[in-house]
Amino acid sequence: MSKMLRYSSLTKKYIMALAGFLLMVFLLIHLGINLFIIPFTENHQDIFRDGVHFMTTNPLIKIMEIFLFGGFLVHILIGIILQLRNWMARPVRYAKSNHSQGSFFSKYMIYTGVVILIFLIIHLGNFYFVKLGLTEAPEGMSRVADDHDFYNMAINLFSNKIYSGIYIVLFILMGFHLNHAFQSAFQSLGLNHSKYTPFIKAVGDFYSIVVPLGFILIPLYFIIYY
Amino acid sequence: MNIKLKVWRQKSAKEKGKFVKYTLENASPEMSFLEMLDALNTKLILQGDDPVAFEHDCREGICGCCSLYINGRPHGPGEKTTTCELHMRSFKEGKTIVIEPWRSRGFPVLKDLIVDRHAFDKILIAGGFISNEAGTAQDANSILIRKDKADEAFDSAVCIGCAACVAACKNASAMLFVSAKVSQFALLQQGKVEAKQRVQAMVRKMDELGFGNCTNTYACEAECPKGISVTNIARMNREFFGARIGTQKS
Repeated sequence: MSKMLRYSSLTKKYIMALAGFLLMVFLLIHLGINLFIIPFTENHQDIFRDGVHFMTTNPLIKIMEIFLFGGFLVHILIGIILQLRNWMARPVRYAKSNHSQGSFFSKYMIYTGVVILIFLIIHLGNFYFVKLGLTEAPEGMSRVADDHDFYNMAINLFSNKIYSGIYIVLFILMGFHLNHAFQSAFQSLGLNHSKYTPFIKAVGDFYSIVVPLGFILIPLYFIIYY
Repeated sequence: MNIKLKVWRQKSAKEKGKFVKYTLENASPEMSFLEMLDALNTKLILQGDDPVAFEHDCREGICGCCSLYINGRPHGPGEKTTTCELHMRSFKEGKTIVIEPWRSRGFPVLKDLIVDRHAFDKILIAGGFISNEAGTAQDANSILIRKDKADEAFDSAVCIGCAACVAACKNASAMLFVSAKVSQFALLQQGKVEAKQRVQAMVRKMDELGFGNCTNTYACEAECPKGISVTNIARMNREFFGARIGTQKS
């Protein structure tokens, strides 16, 4: 931790960007499995359970899990360190608020980040801690084969309209976070080129709309059909 | 036109400052912003008051001295304009104009609207130069430089060091300035010899002086009176990464 504080501002940005890329790939895989909660195929439940089984038992994924948690940890810690330093860099604020043009969502990264972190803790409590045996699965959620019944646990949560509403708001904020994050990560790693940057920005816009929208479809389905 | 002003007044670095309201009658819309402040100061002196201290020199947009944060923007409204190139016709009569000094930990206020910008000099001393043997200049054609690289280096070198980038940045980051200085050398043959040491020394100094980090908001680029691009920051990020990877542990 103290070593992390001593890293140069640019090194911190590289770590932020690399960890961010890892988290963005993870989010895509997570969405790929989650979408099978929606019954758009007959065997959607089996595919979902197979996906969960693979993600919770595959040894390679278990190794990846260490990197994933490491990625989350450094992204959060360095994000906080950078933000504190940035606040300290202007001890006296301007009386007239800043009217300069700039990336809109970048101004709110720490706030959207904190909301995502709070949800992440709740989310871990609902699912991951159950897997680890730290918390009990909700009543009546018996195991299916050797796995926890994550399918019914998810449905149980989404059938609560308040939870679904919070989930939708969270992923809208996640979209804001990702919209800046994607192109910003490239810039932080020095990858800015007149030929490719417009393409990177377009991919970032696409990713930040499609991925959160994919997650939002699930509670939306439950709100509409249940 | 009649002008209403709200100006930051601070007697010295150690004293607390406050906003003071002024009015200036019969100002011409053709006046430059600094001429308007001159007129205000004449009025204040005639009244026996202390004139407003503000920095200025060339008044033609190349020295980088006039550093005023006007209505929430460094150098006020207008694109690629320094305060001295700004005219009163850019403002609506009757609306109060708020003038503040640059706000950054790296630039403490000395008096009223003047800040101490020595921090930029310290960054340049750390590495913003090339080491050259003194003596007769060698033939210009002995070092070949590609035209596109020369143009790019020139685009970086037009930075006047006014620090509007720091003032505009929500994090008071100096990365646009430092990256422009790193780039102007890194792009040219003469600067390549010391490139690795230069970027590391300048970034270290920038961090040491308490400037914030870049969050790629790009307000710096939007407010730079010389249109310095954030591609310079990306280049500095690449240079620094390469330098850290490629140098021995000291």
